[in-house]
Amino acid sequence: MSINQNVLGLIFASINDSAVIDLTKLRTMGSIPYGGRYRTVDFPLSNMVNSGISEVGVITKSNYSSLLDHLGSGREWDLARKNGGLHLLPPFSQVGGGTNQGRLEALSNIWSFVEHTRAEYVILANCDVITTIDFTEALKQHQETNADITVIYAKGLYDRDKSTNGCILQLDEEQRIKEVLINPILSGECNISLDMFIMNTEFLKQVVLEAISKNQKSLIHNVLQARKDEFVFKGYEHKEKFYKIDSLEAYYKANLALLDTEIRNSIFSSESPIYTKVGDNAPVKYGLESNVKHSLIADGCMIQGTIENCVLFRGVKIGKGAVVRNCVLMQGTEIGEGCTLDSIVADKNVTISENRVLTGSSDYPLYLGKKAKI
Amino acid sequence: MKIKKKCVAMLLAGGQGSRLYALTQKVAKPAIPYGGKNRFIDFPLSNCINSGIDTVGVLTQYQPLVLNEYIGNGQPWDLDKLHGGVYVLPPYQSAAGASWYEGTANAIYQNMAFIERYNPEYVIILGGDHIYKMDYSKMLDFHIANEADSTIAVIDVPRSEASRFGIMTCDEACRIVDFTEKPKEPKSTLASMGIYIFTWSKLRKYLIENEKANTGSKDFGKDIIPAMLSNNERLFAYEFEGYWKDVGTLDSLWEANMDLLSPNVPLDLYDPNWKVYSRHNNMPPQYIGENAHIENSMITEGSVVDGIVDFSIISSGVTIEEGASVKYSIVMPGTTIKKSAVVEYAIIGEDCVIEPNAVIGMSPEFVPNRDDWGIAVLGHNITVSSGKRVLPKEVISENL
Repeated sequence: MSINQNVLGLIFASINDSAVIDLTKLRTMGSIPYGGRYRTVDFPLSNMVNSGISEVGVITKSNYSSLLDHLGSGREWDLARKNGGLHLLPPFSQVGGGTNQGRLEALSNIWSFVEHTRAEYVILANCDVITTIDFTEALKQHQETNADITVIYAKGLYDRDKSTNGCILQLDEEQRIKEVLINPILSGECNISLDMFIMNTEFLKQVVLEAISKNQKSLIHNVLQARKDEFVFKGYEHKEKFYKIDSLEAYYKANLALLDTEIRNSIFSSESPIYTKVGDNAPVKYGLESNVKHSLIADGCMIQGTIENCVLFRGVKIGKGAVVRNCVLMQGTEIGEGCTLDSIVADKNVTISENRVLTGSSDYPLYLGKKAKI
Repeated sequence: MKIKKKCVAMLLAGGQGSRLYALTQKVAKPAIPYGGKNRFIDFPLSNCINSGIDTVGVLTQYQPLVLNEYIGNGQPWDLDKLHGGVYVLPPYQSAAGASWYEGTANAIYQNMAFIERYNPEYVIILGGDHIYKMDYSKMLDFHIANEADSTIAVIDVPRSEASRFGIMTCDEACRIVDFTEKPKEPKSTLASMGIYIFTWSKLRKYLIENEKANTGSKDFGKDIIPAMLSNNERLFAYEFEGYWKDVGTLDSLWEANMDLLSPNVPLDLYDPNWKVYSRHNNMPPQYIGENAHIENSMITEGSVVDGIVDFSIISSGVTIEEGASVKYSIVMPGTTIKKSAVVEYAIIGEDCVIEPNAVIGMSPEFVPNRDDWGIAVLGHNITVSSGKRVLPKEVISENL
C-alpha cells in the first residue's frame, strides 16, 4: 500500500440511479445493499482507502438519508480524520434544485470543495461498479504517460440489449483513447469503461470551469468525446473481476456471483478488506432442521429451513420447512414456515407469511419492495 | 477540570486464568473468544454502556497485548468518550515505588487516583470472566434506596455447588449478616457474583486501612467485605435473576458455549435492545458450500464451511473443508480444519491448523470409563499433523 496523500477521491453516489429504479426508489445508488452486509459505496470508498487515499468526497443528489446514515463520520473506513477524511457533499446550489445530470454539473454544484483542495490528483469513481482495485498502479501510469485523463476500463462482454449505460473505449496500441462510445451497436468483448477517471486537479478545474461557462454537463460527452483530439486521454486496464449494476438482473447476478469462490476471493481479498458500517449482529443461528448449501449468509440470520444458492443479508429469518432457492434477501426479511421461494430479490424488511409460493426467473428476478407484507 | 461521574466501573482483568491452561498462556483470560463473535470482556463492557456507565477502568497485568489491542479506544462499545470512556490501567511506578497488583483490593487501591479524577459517588467492581447480561443501573438504584455502603450481586446456586462460591446469609431486608468464602457447610445458597457496588467514600477508607494492615491477601472477598461486616456497615445483597455463568474452567467454558445452542437457556444475544458489542475485523459474510451440512449451530462472518457442523460454535474466519466433521465443539477465530478431520467434544483455540484425517476428542458414548472422558483442548496457533489423534481430556499446547 502506498501513501497517496496527494490524491483526492471523489465518489459519485447518485449517478445512474435510474438504471435500477426499483432499488433506488427509496435510496440512492451508493446505498444499495450488496453482498450480504455492504452498500455499493463501500467498494469505491474501501478501494480508495486501501490505495492510501485519505481524503474522499462523496457527492450525492437526492434520496441520500440512508447514505448519510451509513457513512456517518467515516470512522469505519478510517476516514474520521482531522486532516482530510470523509466529506459528504450534497448539492450546493443557489438557484433551482440540485439535479446532477452529469459529472461536470455535479462537480460544479460542489465547486467550493473542489476549488479548495490542495491535492495534485483527483480520482473519480461511481458506486455502480463492484470490484476491488488498487489505484496506485493506475495513478503511476497516469503520471508516467502525462495523460490529461486516465480512464480505467476492463475487458468484458458487452450486450447492448442488457446494458443501459454502457461506455465503450476504443484504444490504440499506446492505450490512447481513440473513441468513446455510449451504448453502441456492438456485441462481444469490449473495453468497458469502469467510469473511474484519474486527472490532475488543475486539469479538472479547468475543464469544469470551461464546461460551466458553456452550460455543459457531461464529462463523457463534453470532454472525453468532444475534446479527445485536443488532449491526451489514456486507458488503464483493470484485470480483476468486476460487476456493473445497470439493471435489476445485473444486480441480482452480481450478488449471486459471490457464491463462486474464485470471484469471492477476488472481490474480498484479505489484503484489501471492504469496510462497512458495523451492525453488531450475533452469529448466524442454524436450527435443528436447517439445510443450507452454496450460500452467502450475513450475521444475525436465523435459519430453520432449506437455503440453496442464496445471498442473505443481516438478520434474515427463515421459518421451518421453508425452501428458498436462488434468492437475494435483504436485511430483516422474514420468510414464514413452509414457504417456497425461487429467484426473488426482496428489499429490506419484507415479510412473507406461511406457505406462500413465489417464483421469479433467473433473468427476470421477482422484486419485492421494501417493507412489503405478503 | 473534573467532570463528575455518578458511578465509575473498575474491571478486574489481571487474573492469569490458570485453570484455562493452554488458552491463557499468551492471552489474558478476558480476551478469550466466546460464542463465535465475542470475547469475555464484551459482556461487562456492554453491560456498562447499556446500563449508562460510561467510565470504565480495566485493570490488567497478565499478558495484556491482545487485550489492549482488543479494547483499543473503546469505540466498539461506544466507550470512546470526550469525558470518561474506557482506560486500560496496568500497574505503574510512582514516587513511592512500584509493585504489581497484589490482590483485587490492592489493584483498586493503586488506581484510586484514576477513580478520583471523576469524583464519583459510587464505584462498581466487575470481573472479566463471567457471561451474563445485567442492568447495573438497577443494582445501583437498589444500593441507593437501601442507603447501602456496599451492595453485592448474588445469584441462587444449587446447594451442591454452593461451597465453590462466596456465600451470603441475609435478613429479610436483604441485609447481609454473614459472608463466608467457599464454606464447607454453606448456610445459604446465595453466591457472590464478584460484582460489588461501593459508596466511594466508604470504599476509599477501607482500601487505605486494608493497605496499612498489609494482610497479604488484599482481596475484596477475604479482607474488605469481612472488615466492613465486622464494623457493622450497611451491606446488602442484590439478587440477580438471569443467566450467569463462570467461565473460569475449560469445562465451564465449553458448557457456556453449548448453552447458546439450547433453546431453554435464557441468554439472548439477538436482543436489539441489549446488544453485546465486540470489535470486528471486516470480514465478508460466511459462505456455506455445496457439501456442507449444518445443524443447530452458530457460525459467524468470514467463515467458509463445506463440511459437517453439528451442535457447535464456529468463530470468525474459520475454514472447515469438505468431509471434515465438527460436533459439540467450539472453534475459535482463524482456525482451519482440513478435509476429513474429525473434531468432537473439543475446544480449538485461535489460528490452529488441523490437517487432514486428524481426530480431536471423542463422544462420551465411545469412552468405556466415564472418568477417562473430558473435553479435548487445543491452545492457540497449534498445528495437528495429518492422522494424529488428540484424546478426550487432553490439553495440547504444542504442535502435534
